[in-house]
Amino acid sequence: MAEIKNYTLNFGPQHPSAHGVLRLVLELDGEVVERAESHIGLLHRGTEKLFEYKTYQQNIPYFDRFDYVSMMANEHAYALAVEKLLGMEVPERAQYIRVMYAELTRILNHCLWLGAAALDIGAMTVFLYCFREREDIFDYYEEVSGARMHAAYFRPGGVSKDLPEGLLEKIKGFTERFPGYVDEYETLLTENRIWKQRTVDIGTVDKDAALAWGFTGPMIRGSGVAWDLRKTQPYDAYDKMDFDIPVGATGDSYDRYLVRVEEMRQSNRIISQCVEWLEKNPGPIKIDDNKLTNPSRSSMMTDMESLIHHFKFFSEGYHVPEGEVYAAVEHPKGEFGVYLMSDGSNKPYRMKVRASGFAHLQALDYMCRGHMIADVVTILGTQDIVFGEVDR
Amino acid sequence: MVQNDVKTAVEVVALQEKFGEQVLSVSQSVDCPVVTVARESIVDVCHFLKSEHGYDQMIDLCGVDMSEHPSQAEGDARFLVVYNLLSVEHNRRIRLKIGVNDRELVDSTVEVWPTSNWFEREAFDMYGIIFNHHPDLRRILTDYGFEGYPLRKDFPLTGRVEMFFDEAQWRCVYRPNKVENRVLIPKAWPGVDRG
Repeated sequence: MAEIKNYTLNFGPQHPSAHGVLRLVLELDGEVVERAESHIGLLHRGTEKLFEYKTYQQNIPYFDRFDYVSMMANEHAYALAVEKLLGMEVPERAQYIRVMYAELTRILNHCLWLGAAALDIGAMTVFLYCFREREDIFDYYEEVSGARMHAAYFRPGGVSKDLPEGLLEKIKGFTERFPGYVDEYETLLTENRIWKQRTVDIGTVDKDAALAWGFTGPMIRGSGVAWDLRKTQPYDAYDKMDFDIPVGATGDSYDRYLVRVEEMRQSNRIISQCVEWLEKNPGPIKIDDNKLTNPSRSSMMTDMESLIHHFKFFSEGYHVPEGEVYAAVEHPKGEFGVYLMSDGSNKPYRMKVRASGFAHLQALDYMCRGHMIADVVTILGTQDIVFGEVDR
Repeated sequence: MVQNDVKTAVEVVALQEKFGEQVLSVSQSVDCPVVTVARESIVDVCHFLKSEHGYDQMIDLCGVDMSEHPSQAEGDARFLVVYNLLSVEHNRRIRLKIGVNDRELVDSTVEVWPTSNWFEREAFDMYGIIFNHHPDLRRILTDYGFEGYPLRKDFPLTGRVEMFFDEAQWRCVYRPNKVENRVLIPKAWPGVDRG
């Protein structure tokens, strides 16, 4: 009788469906995965070390580069953490602007996820459709911050600048068009036989396993747990928004797909509510304290005191009182948290970033066991992994 | 954010009753109660919180090097291990802390929450905190064959080695690092005159 033995296969780090730089060592029995060992850290940039040597203001742009497909959502968690330690009350208009951009970011993220996951599984067209809408949202990013991706727009105490004239009409037009676009994605996928064959009953995670493995966001909602920080622990203006939380039934890849598609529609609802409110309510967009936020450029040019504040703010920065806080937001991928420990100086003593992808990727081995090798790509795709946040 | 006050929090009171002297201190942070427990009892405390008080999720685990913190007194443990727990059932959060010195062992909480696995590996990688009974305690984020613990306060920001491509050997090699750390904005506390 011939001797049969398992063999190991190296997947990545340059594989196009490895979502960046994942190296997987797969132990295979024929085509069935027995064990999947992830080697991460190929995108490790030591950001947590850098934080300790940078002032609070200088740390903002690093957050764009964690999960580089949902930039403003990362900044949101950081801004909330610093605000909590300083005890800041953010103006209402700033809260609405943040919620609007956080939801635009969610659509931005889910569009990339849908396009890339579908491409991994073999559906080419969805990718092209999704990137059409991403382009619109990048334009709105550019209008408020000057940057298409790494915006550094949310600041502790509010946002950096008010919305330019005419932007709200454009976003309003987008919210009216967008449900039709989601219908287009769904026409391509939801009832598609190949799509269903590739995703239904693949990578099923039940409720208990989802909790034990630390799943958050669409991953835990796909497994039937109605948990959403925007509802359960609301921050900024989310408690004034009217929206629903989609929940999956079986916890397989197809459910996670449905949950994310429905989340896009719900985000669109939130955005249109924000636009409506913002059109009627002008006001300040950051707290009125030049020790903690930079003064406007025009006042800096004419007023001596503003000039001093400006210099102090961008050189020494501001001091955050001694203490510790954990602030989390409902990031498009799950719970994105910042654990900030301050020693009272102008730089963080320790800042730990809790990335949802880190916990999700850890469960890859659990989810892949017993599946075929082609399903590894499906499972990795529906986990929505981005290595900027996993490796930090 | 849901406020969970330390004086009325049932789980904090229950912890003090059940573990007595093992609970070293209890305080209220901006967001949730913080409980410092003895290093030896961490796994029991976690089992208790998970089974009796619904803390079904271990959200975050991280190490902290306290050696340069202003509040650090003589004889305090050098490192902290911080556990941020979340109860989906009761919508509450709690933070556990333990102190640990170099070469002391912390019992692993992988048996309580499987998700602790990578978080503990990361704390080991970054700080050299050793977790006892961990199924697979290897480095996770740093390079294969990396030396030192990068997030310790005595590890230089610029690192100790640089990587070069060596033409003669036709491969990447490490050399001692010559880059010096530039400090453009020094660390400052309020009211301290920097001359």
